[in-house]
Amino acid sequence: MGMTVSQKILAAHAGKEFVAPGELLNCKLDVVLGNDVTAPVAIAEFEKLGMEQVFDQEKIVLVPDHFTPNKDIKSAEQSKIMRDFARKLGIKHYFEIGAMGIEHCLLPEQGLVLPGDLIIGADSHTCTYGALGAFATGVGSTDMAAGMATGEVWFKVPESIKFIYYGEMPRWLSGKDLILHTIGDIGVDGARYMSMEFTGEVISRLSIDNRFTMANMAIEAGGKNGIIAADDITREYVEQRARRPYTIYQSDPDADYFEIREYDVSKMEPVIAFPHLPENTRPVSKATGVSLDQVVIGSCTNGRLEDLQIAASLLKGKKVHPEIRLLVFPGTQQIYLDALRRGYIETFIEAGAVVSTPTCGPCLGGHMGILAKGEKALATTNRNFVGRMGHPESEVYLASPAVAAASAIKGRITAPWEV
Amino acid sequence: MKFTGKVHKFGADVDTDVIIPARYLNTFDPVELAKHCMEDADAEFPTKVKAGDIIVADKNFGCGSSREHAPIAIKGAGVSCVIARSFARIFYRNAINTGLPILECDTAIDAINSGDEVEVDLDLGQVRNLRTGEVYEAAPFPPFMQEIMAKGGLINYIKDKR
Repeated sequence: MGMTVSQKILAAHAGKEFVAPGELLNCKLDVVLGNDVTAPVAIAEFEKLGMEQVFDQEKIVLVPDHFTPNKDIKSAEQSKIMRDFARKLGIKHYFEIGAMGIEHCLLPEQGLVLPGDLIIGADSHTCTYGALGAFATGVGSTDMAAGMATGEVWFKVPESIKFIYYGEMPRWLSGKDLILHTIGDIGVDGARYMSMEFTGEVISRLSIDNRFTMANMAIEAGGKNGIIAADDITREYVEQRARRPYTIYQSDPDADYFEIREYDVSKMEPVIAFPHLPENTRPVSKATGVSLDQVVIGSCTNGRLEDLQIAASLLKGKKVHPEIRLLVFPGTQQIYLDALRRGYIETFIEAGAVVSTPTCGPCLGGHMGILAKGEKALATTNRNFVGRMGHPESEVYLASPAVAAASAIKGRITAPWEV
Repeated sequence: MKFTGKVHKFGADVDTDVIIPARYLNTFDPVELAKHCMEDADAEFPTKVKAGDIIVADKNFGCGSSREHAPIAIKGAGVSCVIARSFARIFYRNAINTGLPILECDTAIDAINSGDEVEVDLDLGQVRNLRTGEVYEAAPFPPFMQEIMAKGGLINYIKDKR
Protein backbone atom coordinates (compact mmCIF):
# COMPACT_ATOMS: atom_id res chain seq x y z
CA MET A 1 0.00 0.00 0.00
CA GLY A 2 1.31 3.44 -0.92
CA MET A 3 1.15 6.64 1.10
CA THR A 4 -0.29 10.09 0.51
CA VAL A 5 1.98 13.13 0.54
CA SER A 6 0.70 13.94 4.04
CA GLN A 7 1.48 10.44 5.33
CA LYS A 8 4.98 10.64 3.83
CA ILE A 9 5.82 13.91 5.57
CA LEU A 10 4.52 12.64 8.93
CA ALA A 11 6.40 9.35 8.50
CA ALA A 12 9.64 11.17 7.69
CA HIS A 13 9.32 13.31 10.81
CA ALA A 14 8.53 10.32 13.02
CA GLY A 15 11.49 8.31 11.72
CA LYS A 16 9.23 5.66 10.19
CA GLU A 17 9.09 3.97 6.79
CA PHE A 18 5.31 3.73 6.74
CA VAL A 19 2.44 5.23 8.72
CA ALA A 20 -1.26 4.45 8.43
CA PRO A 21 -4.29 6.66 9.16
CA GLY A 22 -5.25 6.51 12.84
CA GLU A 23 -1.70 5.84 14.03
CA LEU A 24 -0.48 8.07 16.88
CA LEU A 25 2.97 9.53 16.26
CA ASN A 26 5.49 11.71 17.99
CA CYS A 27 6.91 13.95 15.27
CA LYS A 28 9.88 16.30 15.04
CA LEU A 29 9.00 19.84 14.04
CA ASP A 30 10.68 22.14 11.51
CA VAL A 31 8.82 25.30 12.51
CA VAL A 32 6.77 26.40 15.55
CA LEU A 33 4.76 29.60 15.00
CA GLY A 34 2.86 31.97 17.27
CA ASN A 35 1.31 35.44 17.16
CA ASP A 36 0.48 38.25 19.58
CA VAL A 37 -2.79 36.59 20.64
CA THR A 38 -1.64 32.98 21.02
CA ALA A 39 2.08 33.24 21.89
CA PRO A 40 1.60 35.03 25.25
CA VAL A 41 -0.54 32.08 26.43
CA ALA A 42 2.08 29.67 25.10
CA ILE A 43 4.89 31.58 26.81
CA ALA A 44 3.05 31.37 30.15
CA GLU A 45 2.68 27.58 29.66
CA PHE A 46 6.33 27.26 28.54
CA GLU A 47 7.45 29.03 31.70
CA LYS A 48 5.57 26.50 33.84
CA LEU A 49 7.96 23.88 32.49
CA GLY A 50 10.84 25.72 34.17
CA MET A 51 13.01 25.50 31.06
CA GLU A 52 15.65 28.09 30.27
CA GLN A 53 15.66 27.76 26.50
CA VAL A 54 13.57 26.63 23.55
CA PHE A 55 14.56 23.52 21.58
CA ASP A 56 16.00 25.61 18.72
CA GLN A 57 16.03 29.42 18.53
CA GLU A 58 16.03 29.29 14.73
CA LYS A 59 12.87 27.17 14.46
CA ILE A 60 10.50 29.39 16.44
CA VAL A 61 8.72 32.17 14.52
CA LEU A 62 6.90 34.94 16.41
CA VAL A 63 4.78 37.48 14.51
CA PRO A 64 2.79 40.29 16.14
CA ASP A 65 0.07 40.64 13.51
CA HIS A 66 -3.39 40.36 15.09
CA PHE A 67 -3.83 43.52 17.18
CA THR A 68 -0.82 45.43 15.83
CA PRO A 69 0.10 48.23 15.56
CA ASN A 70 -1.31 47.77 19.05
CA LYS A 71 -4.92 48.85 19.33
CA ASP A 72 -5.06 49.33 23.11
CA ILE A 73 -3.05 48.99 26.31
CA LYS A 74 -3.98 45.36 26.91
CA SER A 75 -2.91 44.29 23.42
CA ALA A 76 0.31 46.30 23.82
CA GLU A 77 1.01 44.29 26.98
CA GLN A 78 0.44 41.04 25.05
CA SER A 79 2.85 42.11 22.32
CA LYS A 80 5.39 43.10 24.95
CA ILE A 81 5.28 39.62 26.51
CA MET A 82 6.17 38.16 23.12
CA ARG A 83 8.81 40.79 22.32
CA ASP A 84 10.52 40.38 25.71
CA PHE A 85 10.50 36.59 25.36
CA ALA A 86 12.00 36.79 21.86
CA ARG A 87 14.79 39.11 23.03
CA LYS A 88 15.57 37.20 26.21
CA LEU A 89 15.82 33.82 24.50
CA GLY A 90 17.37 35.09 21.26
CA ILE A 91 14.51 33.90 19.04
CA LYS A 92 15.88 34.50 15.56
CA HIS A 93 12.63 34.98 13.65
CA TYR A 94 10.77 37.65 15.54
CA PHE A 95 9.25 40.26 13.23
CA GLU A 96 8.69 43.71 14.69
CA ILE A 97 6.17 45.96 12.96
CA GLY A 98 7.95 47.49 10.00
CA ALA A 99 9.31 44.07 9.10
CA MET A 100 6.13 42.30 10.10
CA GLY A 101 3.42 40.98 7.83
CA ILE A 102 0.34 38.81 8.25
CA GLU A 103 2.01 35.61 9.42
CA HIS A 104 0.73 33.31 6.67
CA CYS A 105 1.80 35.73 3.95
CA LEU A 106 5.10 36.44 5.69
CA LEU A 107 6.55 32.99 6.45
CA PRO A 108 6.45 31.68 2.86
CA GLU A 109 7.75 35.01 1.53
CA GLN A 110 10.71 34.87 3.94
CA GLY A 111 11.53 31.28 2.96
CA LEU A 112 10.87 30.08 6.52
CA VAL A 113 8.49 27.31 5.45
CA LEU A 114 9.49 24.90 2.70
CA PRO A 115 8.25 21.80 0.87
CA GLY A 116 8.32 18.67 3.01
CA ASP A 117 8.36 20.61 6.29
CA LEU A 118 6.29 19.71 9.33
CA ILE A 119 4.94 22.93 10.82
CA ILE A 120 2.66 23.73 13.74
CA GLY A 121 1.34 27.20 14.40
CA ALA A 122 -0.85 28.56 17.17
CA ASP A 123 -3.17 29.97 14.52
CA SER A 124 -5.76 27.94 12.69
CA HIS A 125 -4.71 29.24 9.26
CA THR A 126 -1.25 27.69 9.61
CA CYS A 127 -2.61 25.17 7.07
CA THR A 128 -1.77 27.83 4.42
CA TYR A 129 1.78 26.43 4.01
CA GLY A 130 0.36 23.21 2.59
CA ALA A 131 0.35 25.15 -0.69
CA LEU A 132 4.13 24.55 -0.77
CA GLY A 133 3.82 20.80 -0.23
CA ALA A 134 4.44 21.05 3.52
CA PHE A 135 2.36 19.46 6.28
CA ALA A 136 1.19 22.46 8.27
CA THR A 137 -1.54 22.54 10.88
CA GLY A 138 -3.02 24.86 13.46
CA VAL A 139 -2.78 24.03 17.15
CA GLY A 140 -3.49 25.80 20.42
CA SER A 141 -1.09 27.65 22.66
CA THR A 142 -0.30 24.66 24.91
CA ASP A 143 0.76 22.60 21.90
CA MET A 144 2.86 25.56 20.80
CA ALA A 145 4.48 25.66 24.26
CA ALA A 146 5.22 21.94 24.11
CA GLY A 147 6.58 22.37 20.58
CA MET A 148 8.85 25.23 21.65
CA ALA A 149 10.13 23.19 24.60
CA THR A 150 10.65 19.79 23.00
CA GLY A 151 10.63 20.33 19.22
CA GLU A 152 8.09 17.54 19.04
CA VAL A 153 4.35 17.13 19.03
CA TRP A 154 1.90 14.23 18.96
CA PHE A 155 -0.23 13.65 15.88
CA LYS A 156 -2.86 11.21 14.79
CA VAL A 157 -2.20 10.37 11.15
CA PRO A 158 -5.24 11.72 9.28
CA GLU A 159 -7.27 10.11 6.54
CA SER A 160 -7.02 12.02 3.25
CA ILE A 161 -9.67 13.31 0.88
CA LYS A 162 -8.43 13.87 -2.67
CA PHE A 163 -10.01 16.75 -4.59
CA ILE A 164 -9.50 16.72 -8.36
CA TYR A 165 -10.20 19.94 -10.29
CA TYR A 166 -10.40 19.70 -14.07
CA GLY A 167 -11.53 21.77 -17.05
CA GLU A 168 -10.73 25.25 -18.29
CA MET A 169 -10.71 28.02 -15.65
CA PRO A 170 -13.20 30.75 -16.64
CA ARG A 171 -11.85 34.32 -16.86
CA TRP A 172 -12.82 35.53 -13.36
CA LEU A 173 -12.47 32.30 -11.39
CA SER A 174 -9.79 32.16 -8.68
CA GLY A 175 -8.44 29.82 -6.03
CA LYS A 176 -10.85 31.50 -3.59
CA ASP A 177 -13.82 30.39 -5.68
CA LEU A 178 -12.51 26.82 -5.93
CA ILE A 179 -12.08 26.50 -2.18
CA LEU A 180 -15.41 28.21 -1.35
CA HIS A 181 -17.14 25.90 -3.83
CA THR A 182 -15.47 22.91 -2.17
CA ILE A 183 -16.47 24.02 1.34
CA GLY A 184 -20.00 24.62 0.08
CA ASP A 185 -20.01 21.07 -1.26
CA ILE A 186 -18.65 19.18 1.76
CA GLY A 187 -19.65 21.54 4.60
CA VAL A 188 -17.75 23.17 7.45
CA ASP A 189 -17.00 19.78 9.00
CA GLY A 190 -16.78 17.84 5.73
CA ALA A 191 -13.06 17.20 6.19
CA ARG A 192 -13.00 17.19 9.99
CA TYR A 193 -9.71 15.66 11.27
CA MET A 194 -8.72 14.93 7.66
CA SER A 195 -6.11 15.97 5.15
CA MET A 196 -7.43 17.79 2.07
CA GLU A 197 -5.24 17.08 -0.95
CA PHE A 198 -5.83 19.41 -3.90
CA THR A 199 -4.90 17.92 -7.29
CA GLY A 200 -5.75 17.91 -10.98
CA GLU A 201 -4.89 19.84 -14.12
CA VAL A 202 -6.41 23.06 -12.76
CA ILE A 203 -4.22 22.93 -9.65
CA SER A 204 -1.09 22.12 -11.66
CA ARG A 205 -1.65 25.37 -13.61
CA LEU A 206 -2.74 27.43 -10.59
CA SER A 207 -0.46 30.26 -9.44
CA ILE A 208 1.26 30.01 -6.07
CA ASP A 209 -0.81 32.91 -4.63
CA ASN A 210 -4.05 31.12 -5.56
CA ARG A 211 -2.70 27.89 -4.07
CA PHE A 212 -2.04 29.69 -0.76
CA THR A 213 -5.67 30.85 -0.76
CA MET A 214 -6.94 27.30 -1.22
CA ALA A 215 -4.74 25.67 1.43
CA ASN A 216 -5.51 28.58 3.80
CA MET A 217 -9.20 27.69 3.97
CA ALA A 218 -8.83 23.92 4.54
CA ILE A 219 -9.61 24.64 8.20
CA GLU A 220 -12.95 26.11 7.09
CA ALA A 221 -13.98 22.58 6.07
CA GLY A 222 -12.62 21.25 9.39
CA GLY A 223 -9.46 19.93 7.71
CA LYS A 224 -6.32 19.13 9.68
CA ASN A 225 -4.27 20.29 6.74
CA GLY A 226 -4.65 21.25 3.11
CA ILE A 227 -1.87 20.22 0.78
CA ILE A 228 -0.73 20.59 -2.82
CA ALA A 229 2.25 18.42 -3.73
CA ALA A 230 5.19 20.58 -4.77
CA ASP A 231 5.91 20.99 -8.50
CA ASP A 232 7.77 23.38 -10.82
CA ILE A 233 5.58 26.33 -9.77
CA THR A 234 6.44 25.62 -6.13
CA ARG A 235 10.11 25.18 -6.92
CA GLU A 236 10.24 28.50 -8.74
CA TYR A 237 8.71 30.21 -5.69
CA VAL A 238 10.89 28.61 -3.01
CA GLU A 239 14.22 28.41 -4.80
CA GLN A 240 14.93 32.13 -4.51
CA ARG A 241 13.90 32.13 -0.82
CA ALA A 242 15.10 28.86 0.72
CA ARG A 243 18.18 29.02 2.93
CA ARG A 244 18.15 25.34 3.85
CA PRO A 245 17.55 22.07 1.97
CA TYR A 246 13.99 20.86 1.42
CA THR A 247 12.29 17.67 0.26
CA ILE A 248 9.58 17.27 -2.35
CA TYR A 249 7.08 14.46 -1.73
CA GLN A 250 4.38 13.12 -4.05
CA SER A 251 1.46 10.86 -3.23
CA ASP A 252 1.90 7.28 -4.42
CA PRO A 253 -0.43 6.12 -7.22
CA ASP A 254 -1.73 3.39 -4.90
CA ALA A 255 -2.19 5.67 -1.88
CA ASP A 256 -5.41 5.09 0.01
CA TYR A 257 -8.02 7.88 0.16
CA PHE A 258 -11.06 8.15 2.41
CA GLU A 259 -12.83 9.76 -0.53
CA ILE A 260 -12.13 11.24 -3.97
CA ARG A 261 -14.18 14.21 -5.22
CA GLU A 262 -13.99 15.71 -8.71
CA TYR A 263 -15.02 19.17 -9.86
CA ASP A 264 -15.40 20.48 -13.40
CA VAL A 265 -14.40 24.15 -13.05
CA SER A 266 -15.28 25.19 -16.61
CA LYS A 267 -18.91 26.10 -15.76
CA MET A 268 -18.16 27.55 -12.32
CA GLU A 269 -18.92 31.15 -11.39
CA PRO A 270 -17.24 33.21 -8.68
CA VAL A 271 -18.65 32.07 -5.33
CA ILE A 272 -20.07 34.06 -2.41
CA ALA A 273 -20.34 32.57 1.10
CA PHE A 274 -23.36 34.07 2.85
CA PRO A 275 -23.57 34.65 6.61
CA HIS A 276 -22.86 32.96 8.96
CA LEU A 277 -20.88 29.95 7.76
CA PRO A 278 -18.34 29.53 4.92
CA GLU A 279 -20.45 26.60 3.66
CA ASN A 280 -23.43 28.86 2.78
CA THR A 281 -22.23 29.35 -0.78
CA ARG A 282 -24.02 30.69 -3.85
CA PRO A 283 -22.79 31.59 -7.33
CA VAL A 284 -22.31 35.36 -7.67
CA SER A 285 -25.18 35.68 -10.18
CA LYS A 286 -27.57 34.51 -7.42
CA ALA A 287 -26.17 37.02 -4.93
CA THR A 288 -26.01 40.31 -6.81
CA GLY A 289 -28.87 42.04 -4.99
CA VAL A 290 -27.19 42.32 -1.59
CA SER A 291 -26.27 45.94 -0.73
CA LEU A 292 -23.13 46.55 1.32
CA ASP A 293 -21.56 49.04 3.74
CA GLN A 294 -17.95 47.90 3.67
CA VAL A 295 -15.58 45.91 1.46
CA VAL A 296 -12.33 44.44 2.79
CA ILE A 297 -9.54 43.25 0.48
CA GLY A 298 -6.62 41.52 2.16
CA SER A 299 -5.90 38.98 4.97
CA CYS A 300 -3.90 35.76 5.10
CA THR A 301 -6.39 34.39 2.57
CA ASN A 302 -6.22 37.09 -0.12
CA GLY A 303 -3.63 39.72 0.79
CA ARG A 304 -0.98 38.74 -1.75
CA LEU A 305 0.32 40.61 -4.78
CA GLU A 306 -1.83 38.77 -7.33
CA ASP A 307 -4.92 39.52 -5.22
CA LEU A 308 -4.07 43.23 -5.15
CA GLN A 309 -3.25 43.18 -8.85
CA ILE A 310 -6.71 41.82 -9.77
CA ALA A 311 -8.44 44.31 -7.47
CA ALA A 312 -6.40 47.20 -8.89
CA SER A 313 -7.13 46.15 -12.48
CA LEU A 314 -10.88 46.50 -11.77
CA LEU A 315 -10.59 49.71 -9.73
CA LYS A 316 -8.26 51.50 -12.17
CA GLY A 317 -9.85 54.79 -13.19
CA LYS A 318 -13.03 54.03 -11.22
CA LYS A 319 -14.45 55.29 -7.93
CA VAL A 320 -15.58 53.37 -4.89
CA HIS A 321 -19.36 53.71 -4.47
CA PRO A 322 -20.11 56.70 -2.19
CA GLU A 323 -21.89 54.49 0.37
CA ILE A 324 -19.05 51.96 0.57
CA ARG A 325 -15.98 51.99 2.78
CA LEU A 326 -13.23 50.07 0.95
CA LEU A 327 -10.30 48.87 3.08
CA VAL A 328 -7.21 47.29 1.51
CA PHE A 329 -4.69 45.34 3.61
CA PRO A 330 -1.51 44.19 1.84
CA GLY A 331 -0.24 40.97 3.47
CA THR A 332 3.35 42.02 4.14
CA GLN A 333 5.63 45.03 3.91
CA GLN A 334 7.17 43.51 0.77
CA ILE A 335 3.77 43.00 -0.86
CA TYR A 336 2.88 46.58 0.10
CA LEU A 337 6.11 47.86 -1.49
CA ASP A 338 5.66 45.77 -4.64
CA ALA A 339 2.06 46.99 -4.96
CA LEU A 340 3.26 50.56 -4.48
CA ARG A 341 5.93 50.24 -7.17
CA ARG A 342 3.43 48.72 -9.60
CA GLY A 343 0.98 51.56 -9.03
CA TYR A 344 -1.75 49.46 -7.36
CA ILE A 345 -1.68 51.53 -4.16
CA GLU A 346 -2.09 54.72 -6.16
CA THR A 347 -5.05 53.13 -7.95
CA PHE A 348 -6.68 52.17 -4.63
CA ILE A 349 -6.22 55.61 -3.10
CA GLU A 350 -7.43 57.41 -6.22
CA ALA A 351 -10.50 55.17 -6.23
CA GLY A 352 -11.23 56.24 -2.66
CA ALA A 353 -9.97 53.22 -0.71
CA VAL A 354 -8.17 53.16 2.63
CA VAL A 355 -4.84 51.32 2.44
CA SER A 356 -3.54 49.95 5.74
CA THR A 357 -0.30 48.56 7.09
CA PRO A 358 -0.45 44.72 7.23
CA THR A 359 -2.63 43.46 10.11
CA CYS A 360 -5.23 40.76 10.75
CA GLY A 361 -7.33 43.63 12.22
CA PRO A 362 -10.82 43.57 10.70
CA CYS A 363 -10.83 39.91 9.61
CA LEU A 364 -11.38 38.78 13.18
CA GLY A 365 -13.16 41.90 14.40
CA GLY A 366 -10.06 43.04 16.22
CA HIS A 367 -9.61 46.63 15.01
CA MET A 368 -9.30 48.74 11.82
CA GLY A 369 -12.72 48.28 10.26
CA ILE A 370 -15.23 47.01 12.82
CA LEU A 371 -18.88 46.78 11.73
CA ALA A 372 -21.81 48.44 13.51
CA LYS A 373 -25.10 46.71 14.25
CA GLY A 374 -26.90 45.69 11.06
CA GLU A 375 -24.00 46.54 8.72
CA LYS A 376 -22.93 44.28 5.88
CA ALA A 377 -19.42 43.69 4.62
CA LEU A 378 -18.06 41.71 1.72
CA ALA A 379 -14.56 40.49 2.49
CA THR A 380 -11.82 38.44 0.87
CA THR A 381 -11.17 36.96 4.33
CA ASN A 382 -11.92 33.44 5.51
CA ARG A 383 -14.71 33.48 8.11
CA ASN A 384 -18.20 34.92 8.24
CA PHE A 385 -19.24 33.66 11.68
CA VAL A 386 -21.65 35.63 13.90
CA GLY A 387 -19.84 38.75 15.13
CA ARG A 388 -16.68 37.92 13.21
CA MET A 389 -16.08 41.49 11.99
CA GLY A 390 -17.83 43.38 14.75
CA HIS A 391 -21.36 43.62 16.12
CA PRO A 392 -23.08 40.24 16.57
CA GLU A 393 -25.88 41.52 14.32
CA SER A 394 -23.52 42.54 11.48
CA GLU A 395 -22.97 40.32 8.44
CA VAL A 396 -19.93 39.16 6.46
CA TYR A 397 -20.02 37.78 2.90
CA LEU A 398 -16.87 36.00 1.69
CA ALA A 399 -15.63 36.32 -1.89
CA SER A 400 -12.62 36.69 -4.19
CA PRO A 401 -10.65 39.93 -4.72
CA ALA A 402 -12.27 40.36 -8.17
CA VAL A 403 -15.79 40.21 -6.71
CA ALA A 404 -14.72 42.46 -3.83
CA ALA A 405 -13.36 45.17 -6.17
CA ALA A 406 -16.43 45.02 -8.44
CA SER A 407 -18.76 45.16 -5.41
CA ALA A 408 -16.90 48.17 -3.97
CA ILE A 409 -17.56 50.06 -7.20
CA LYS A 410 -21.27 49.15 -7.42
CA GLY A 411 -22.13 49.24 -3.72
CA ARG A 412 -23.73 45.81 -3.81
CA ILE A 413 -22.52 42.28 -4.49
CA THR A 414 -21.42 42.42 -8.12
CA ALA A 415 -19.92 40.01 -10.63
CA PRO A 416 -16.54 41.18 -12.01
CA TRP A 417 -17.86 41.19 -15.57
CA GLU A 418 -20.44 43.86 -14.63
CA VAL A 419 -17.87 46.64 -14.21
CA MET B 1 -13.91 11.91 37.18
CA LYS B 2 -17.61 12.59 37.76
CA PHE B 3 -19.59 15.80 37.30
CA THR B 4 -23.18 16.76 37.98
CA GLY B 5 -24.62 19.96 36.58
CA LYS B 6 -27.36 21.82 34.80
CA VAL B 7 -27.36 21.73 31.01
CA HIS B 8 -27.02 24.73 28.68
CA LYS B 9 -27.77 23.45 25.19
CA PHE B 10 -26.42 24.91 21.95
CA GLY B 11 -26.77 23.99 18.26
CA ALA B 12 -24.34 22.83 15.57
CA ASP B 13 -21.06 24.46 14.48
CA VAL B 14 -20.60 26.65 17.57
CA ASP B 15 -17.42 28.47 16.54
CA THR B 16 -14.66 29.85 18.75
CA ASP B 17 -15.64 33.42 17.78
CA VAL B 18 -18.95 32.74 19.50
CA ILE B 19 -17.34 30.97 22.47
CA ILE B 20 -15.09 34.00 23.02
CA PRO B 21 -15.23 36.87 20.50
CA ALA B 22 -11.88 38.18 19.24
CA ARG B 23 -12.60 41.65 20.63
CA TYR B 24 -11.80 40.21 24.07
CA LEU B 25 -8.59 38.41 23.10
CA ASN B 26 -6.35 41.21 24.34
CA THR B 27 -6.13 39.25 27.60
CA PHE B 28 -6.00 35.58 28.61
CA ASP B 29 -7.19 36.09 32.18
CA PRO B 30 -9.86 33.35 32.74
CA VAL B 31 -12.00 35.67 34.92
CA GLU B 32 -12.08 38.38 32.24
CA LEU B 33 -12.73 35.91 29.41
CA ALA B 34 -15.52 34.18 31.38
CA LYS B 35 -17.46 37.47 31.50
CA HIS B 36 -17.96 37.21 27.71
CA CYS B 37 -18.13 33.44 27.23
CA MET B 38 -20.80 32.49 24.63
CA GLU B 39 -22.26 36.01 24.74
CA ASP B 40 -22.78 36.27 20.96
CA ALA B 41 -24.93 33.11 21.07
CA ASP B 42 -26.70 33.89 24.36
CA ALA B 43 -26.06 37.31 25.90
CA GLU B 44 -27.22 36.08 29.32
CA PHE B 45 -25.00 33.01 29.43
CA PRO B 46 -22.12 34.64 31.38
CA THR B 47 -24.50 35.72 34.18
CA LYS B 48 -26.72 32.65 34.34
CA VAL B 49 -24.02 29.94 34.14
CA LYS B 50 -23.21 28.38 37.54
CA ALA B 51 -20.14 26.49 38.67
CA GLY B 52 -20.41 22.86 37.60
CA ASP B 53 -22.89 23.49 34.77
CA ILE B 54 -22.54 21.47 31.59
CA ILE B 55 -22.57 22.61 27.95
CA VAL B 56 -24.31 20.27 25.51
CA ALA B 57 -23.96 21.02 21.80
CA ASP B 58 -24.50 19.49 18.39
CA LYS B 59 -21.81 18.66 15.80
CA ASN B 60 -18.46 20.41 15.22
CA PHE B 61 -18.30 22.31 18.52
CA GLY B 62 -15.37 24.74 18.66
CA CYS B 63 -14.80 25.12 14.92
CA GLY B 64 -12.76 28.01 13.57
CA SER B 65 -9.88 29.73 15.29
CA SER B 66 -7.17 27.94 17.30
CA ARG B 67 -7.57 30.31 20.25
CA GLU B 68 -7.02 28.46 23.51
CA HIS B 69 -8.93 31.35 25.05
CA ALA B 70 -12.05 29.32 24.11
CA PRO B 71 -11.51 26.41 26.55
CA ILE B 72 -10.00 28.91 29.03
CA ALA B 73 -13.21 31.00 28.90
CA ILE B 74 -15.44 27.92 29.30
CA LYS B 75 -13.40 26.70 32.27
CA GLY B 76 -13.31 30.22 33.67
CA ALA B 77 -17.12 30.34 33.53
CA GLY B 78 -17.18 27.29 35.82
CA VAL B 79 -18.40 24.82 33.20
CA SER B 80 -17.41 21.33 34.32
CA CYS B 81 -17.74 19.50 31.02
CA VAL B 82 -18.72 19.91 27.37
CA ILE B 83 -20.68 17.14 25.67
CA ALA B 84 -21.06 17.40 21.89
CA ARG B 85 -21.99 15.23 18.93
CA SER B 86 -18.50 16.01 17.63
CA PHE B 87 -15.72 18.51 18.24
CA ALA B 88 -13.62 20.48 15.75
CA ARG B 89 -10.07 19.17 15.72
CA ILE B 90 -8.11 22.06 17.26
CA PHE B 91 -10.69 22.61 20.03
CA TYR B 92 -10.55 18.89 20.83
CA ARG B 93 -6.76 19.06 21.21
CA ASN B 94 -6.92 22.28 23.21
CA ALA B 95 -9.51 20.87 25.62
CA ILE B 96 -7.38 17.80 26.32
CA ASN B 97 -4.17 19.83 26.58
CA THR B 98 -5.68 22.32 29.03
CA GLY B 99 -7.68 19.82 31.05
CA LEU B 100 -11.24 20.81 30.05
CA PRO B 101 -13.27 17.58 30.22
CA ILE B 102 -15.08 16.83 26.96
CA LEU B 103 -17.14 13.93 25.71
CA GLU B 104 -18.49 12.95 22.28
CA CYS B 105 -21.88 11.32 22.71
CA ASP B 106 -24.38 11.12 19.87
CA THR B 107 -27.39 9.77 21.75
CA ALA B 108 -27.10 12.23 24.65
CA ILE B 109 -27.38 15.22 22.33
CA ASP B 110 -30.82 14.24 21.01
CA ALA B 111 -32.26 13.33 24.40
CA ILE B 112 -30.95 16.09 26.68
CA ASN B 113 -32.60 19.51 26.92
CA SER B 114 -31.56 22.84 28.37
CA GLY B 115 -32.24 22.88 32.10
CA ASP B 116 -31.88 19.11 32.57
CA GLU B 117 -29.60 17.92 35.37
CA VAL B 118 -27.06 15.42 34.08
CA GLU B 119 -24.32 13.34 35.63
CA VAL B 120 -21.18 12.63 33.59
CA ASP B 121 -18.80 9.80 34.41
CA LEU B 122 -15.67 10.38 32.31
CA ASP B 123 -13.99 7.11 33.33
CA LEU B 124 -16.96 5.01 32.23
CA GLY B 125 -17.80 7.32 29.32
CA GLN B 126 -21.40 7.60 30.57
CA VAL B 127 -23.90 10.44 30.65
CA ARG B 128 -26.96 10.07 32.92
CA ASN B 129 -29.98 12.35 32.54
CA LEU B 130 -31.18 12.81 36.14
CA ARG B 131 -34.59 14.04 34.93
CA THR B 132 -35.41 10.91 32.96
CA GLY B 133 -32.96 8.42 34.43
CA GLU B 134 -31.72 7.52 30.96
CA VAL B 135 -28.04 6.62 30.48
CA TYR B 136 -26.09 7.33 27.28
CA GLU B 137 -22.80 5.67 26.37
CA ALA B 138 -19.90 7.66 24.89
CA ALA B 139 -16.78 6.33 23.19
CA PRO B 140 -13.83 6.33 25.63
CA PHE B 141 -10.69 8.35 24.83
CA PRO B 142 -7.57 6.59 23.53
CA PRO B 143 -5.25 5.63 26.44
CA PHE B 144 -2.64 8.17 25.30
CA MET B 145 -5.10 11.06 25.71
CA GLN B 146 -6.46 9.66 28.97
CA GLU B 147 -2.91 9.80 30.31
CA ILE B 148 -2.60 13.51 29.37
CA MET B 149 -5.96 14.27 30.99
CA ALA B 150 -5.08 12.27 34.10
CA LYS B 151 -1.96 14.42 34.52
CA GLY B 152 -4.11 17.55 34.24
CA GLY B 153 -2.96 18.59 30.78
CA LEU B 154 -0.04 18.47 28.38
CA ILE B 155 2.38 20.65 30.36
CA ASN B 156 2.23 18.40 33.43
CA TYR B 157 2.52 15.36 31.19
CA ILE B 158 5.73 16.71 29.62
CA LYS B 159 7.08 17.75 33.04
CA ASP B 160 6.67 14.19 34.31
CA LYS B 161 8.41 12.75 31.26
CA ARG B 162 11.45 14.99 31.62
